[in-house]
Amino acid sequence: MSNALIAEQVLNGLQSGVVLFLMAAGLTLVFGVMGLINLAHGSLFMVGAFAAAATAAATGSFLLGLVAALAAAAAAGALMEVVILRRLYQRDHLDQVLATFALILVFSEGVRWTFGSFPLFLDVPEALSGTLVLPGGIAYSRYRLTLIAIGLLVALGLYLLVAHTRLGVRVRAGEDDREMIAALGVNIDRLYTAVFAIGAALAGLAGALVGAIQSVQVGMGEPVLILAFVVIVIGGIGSIRGAFIGALLVGLTDTLGRLFLPELFALFMDGPAAASAGSALASMSIYLLMVAVLVVRPSGLFGSRT
Amino acid sequence: MTRERALNALLLLGVPLFALWAVVVEQPFMITLATKVAILALAGTGLNLALGHGGLVSLGHAAFFGIGGYAMGILASHAQSYTPLLDGALTIPGTTFMPIIWLVAMLASGLAALAIGALSLRTSGVYFIMITLAFGQMFYYFAISWPAYGGEDGLSIYVRNRFPGMNTLDPIQFFAIAWTWLVVVLLFSASLARSPFGLALNAARQSPLRARTVGIRVYRLQLTVFVLSGMITGLAGALYADLNRFVSPSMLSWQTSGEIMVFVILGGVARWCGPLAGALLFILLEQVLGPISEFWHVFLGIILLLIVLFAPGGVLGLVAGRERVRV
Amino acid sequence: MNPRTATWAAALAMAVTASAVSSATAEPLKVGMITTLSGGGAGLGIDVRDGFLLAIEQSGNTDIEVVIEDDQRKPEIAVQLADKMIQSEKVDVLTGIIFSNLAMAVVPSATAQGTFYLSPNAGPSALAGRGCHADYFNVAWQNDALHEAAGAHASAEGFANSFILAPNYPAGKDALTGYQRLFEGQITDEVYTQLGQTDYAAELARIRASDADSVFFFLPGGMGISFLKQYADSGIELPLIGPAFSFDQGILQAVGKAALGVRNTSQWNKDLDNPTNAAFVSSFEAAYGRLPSLYASQGFDTANLLLSAMAAADVSDRDAFRSALKAADFSSTRGDFAFGSNQHPVQDIYVREVVQEGEVFTNTTLGVALSEHGDVYAADCSL
Repeated sequence: MSNALIAEQVLNGLQSGVVLFLMAAGLTLVFGVMGLINLAHGSLFMVGAFAAAATAAATGSFLLGLVAALAAAAAAGALMEVVILRRLYQRDHLDQVLATFALILVFSEGVRWTFGSFPLFLDVPEALSGTLVLPGGIAYSRYRLTLIAIGLLVALGLYLLVAHTRLGVRVRAGEDDREMIAALGVNIDRLYTAVFAIGAALAGLAGALVGAIQSVQVGMGEPVLILAFVVIVIGGIGSIRGAFIGALLVGLTDTLGRLFLPELFALFMDGPAAASAGSALASMSIYLLMVAVLVVRPSGLFGSRT
Repeated sequence: MTRERALNALLLLGVPLFALWAVVVEQPFMITLATKVAILALAGTGLNLALGHGGLVSLGHAAFFGIGGYAMGILASHAQSYTPLLDGALTIPGTTFMPIIWLVAMLASGLAALAIGALSLRTSGVYFIMITLAFGQMFYYFAISWPAYGGEDGLSIYVRNRFPGMNTLDPIQFFAIAWTWLVVVLLFSASLARSPFGLALNAARQSPLRARTVGIRVYRLQLTVFVLSGMITGLAGALYADLNRFVSPSMLSWQTSGEIMVFVILGGVARWCGPLAGALLFILLEQVLGPISEFWHVFLGIILLLIVLFAPGGVLGLVAGRERVRV
Repeated sequence: MNPRTATWAAALAMAVTASAVSSATAEPLKVGMITTLSGGGAGLGIDVRDGFLLAIEQSGNTDIEVVIEDDQRKPEIAVQLADKMIQSEKVDVLTGIIFSNLAMAVVPSATAQGTFYLSPNAGPSALAGRGCHADYFNVAWQNDALHEAAGAHASAEGFANSFILAPNYPAGKDALTGYQRLFEGQITDEVYTQLGQTDYAAELARIRASDADSVFFFLPGGMGISFLKQYADSGIELPLIGPAFSFDQGILQAVGKAALGVRNTSQWNKDLDNPTNAAFVSSFEAAYGRLPSLYASQGFDTANLLLSAMAAADVSDRDAFRSALKAADFSSTRGDFAFGSNQHPVQDIYVREVVQEGEVFTNTTLGVALSEHGDVYAADCSL
């Protein structure tokens, strides 16, 4: 196993981590500020991807597709929040689970109704296709490098938003004590809708970015949703920093696990069996990581003890 | 007679009567539907013990459902092919004898629940939800990659397992078995809720801190109810695999966990017959809406949303209002 | 009238009356189609259904009734639908299942209950070998066939070192086994990905680091789309080969340029030169506004097989109907069609290449990879 291979896999882990961060950031914000479990976050990912694919096909511009993804996901999120989720903040987590589970059904089949059952086409723009030779001689996909860059920029942007803007102050205060900020005159309704829309937009962006190198199809958001939940639990709910670290941890564990575990098994098993067993353990590795973290720190790495 | 009691009676009498009617009009598929309702209600009742009475929101209960199913599948498939499970110092043959299969299913899922619960109950709130989900996923991925028992293809069992004195292939007789189990478990859960254990659990659910200060060992209570809950759901899994004559990793998926939870919430959490009402409603919706449109999931989702928004206590909550039957 | 004439007359009268009575009381043949019409795999089920119904409509046969249900790609639902169709609807023939795991759940118990099953897609090895049944017919292929053809073609092209990958589930393992059965070179790496995996960066890095001269992959549906896009973007120049499942008409539009030039194996392509196929392709396009995929051709052939059996025998005479099915006396989109001893097709498997025709991405046939190819499991079948 060459150093170049390991280095490339580390980059891959970073890239997948960064995409997970886009999903997890929205999810953790929503849970931290509003206390809402949103199973339909994956549907927003899907909406973003479909909006981007449809817009890019109609206009020929990937950039417009991205803008459409942000707008569509934010709009869908805002609609979800105003019409349904707003009534559930005071309710049990169970009711939120049921409602957002129902929303998954509505969105998935709704998207299929609108766009048909076959996957849509979305491609990497010409300017970003192909590879770039990095120091050390590794040829890495230009598009994936762009993804890493975008993810880091968003992370920086979110940090600035939360730490240095008025909205961020309200968000942080809202996480601490919802009633207090309402009493202090902040318009809770608008704050919540804004937070939800931001989270949704991030999910939609993730969907569009990822859709270019994966398949834009119904149900594409569910696997990412589960991973995003794992990330926010590892990182600590409500903590953007936790979501960032957690996402990178999960991305790296997943990618490096898929590389090293079959090799590990190959030490004492023969070819196909080792590959199979290694792959099986690799698929469980993220969950094992989560359990390990929770056993040691039951509120996640950066979560507050509630 | 309170409204909830009336509705409970309606459910408990209505479903078997419906099954008997289906025998009369020779619609065996209807009996199969009723059996499906009974088994899913059983799974939901198991979950409800932990969820409703214990306040433990487990999103990984499909793990127990699937373990029960696979216990049945593994035992029966070895019996079918006349190969023993273990052939060494100790020879363990397969079996198609239902009572043994049920026992093994409950033991296996109980042990799994003990392990999962012991680790998960160190967390609380949404962390608990997530860690149970994680365990469910681990079992799911394991089952997919386990080639010996079909992996993703699953295991087909060509004959239904045996119960002494009955022809289990006859739909109404199998329904009777499933329904009997449901009633037994319902009675058990009722007596559990009334017992000192149940009362202490209730107190722990409402305020763990307060319960601890009066000396209640919350962790121990929660673990016990989690194990019991897992065992019952495991039993339901074995019955479900028997009904379909098929077990596959999809029984372990988080979507299945979600569906079981949906039945419980739909019917009314911590209501005695809540899971039964929820399972019945869900199956009815599936059968009624399915033929209407290819995209019937949209309508199902909308109906579920309306129920969540305007019937917060589930169907039984809607009917019974604030009053609760002392069960 | 002398006694002999009377006897003949009576016999004739009886025969005429009997045939009149039987045709008057002959009920329409009921077909239950359980297929995937919702969720991610719906494209395949929709194609099979559309192909099937097109054939029925074109035949003008009114003695056939088709009941269609959606299995949502869930085995339990497929089992329940099968029970409902067999017990309540009392169907004579079942068909439609796309995915092998659902087929494994449904077929054994359906045939055990005395219902004919015609598979328009899934061809698991268990049902081709030891689990074969006199009432089970597969009109598409045995699962390994297209992979074996890929292996044969790779060897024919002179490739000596293949990197192979597939998802970690039974069909994936069968795919890699099938490829290796007829591939004569070395395998540099045998990699199992996760079912539903969308990011192949790790695997691509390994391909780059290996010294393979070719890559074989089996990644159906969305997995294949993701892999092809990422492969095209990775800068790796190795030739790709796979079975048609990642290169069918529905998927190609979603992949676009990334698939150009990739070789894939299939038992059918729209440019196969026979009159039935030409008519099928143009009528499908006219009826549904899109080009047919191999799944559509399979549905079409299944319906025509059924119709040919109906013309030869009545379904109530099970033995005659079974023989009529086995005779497979119909015009297939693949030209001549014949079953092997285990009632799976013995057919030519072609190599195709992905090309662009105007705005549309599609396949063009390059040649035959395997000729008159059956499957290895027939030897285990007791039929």
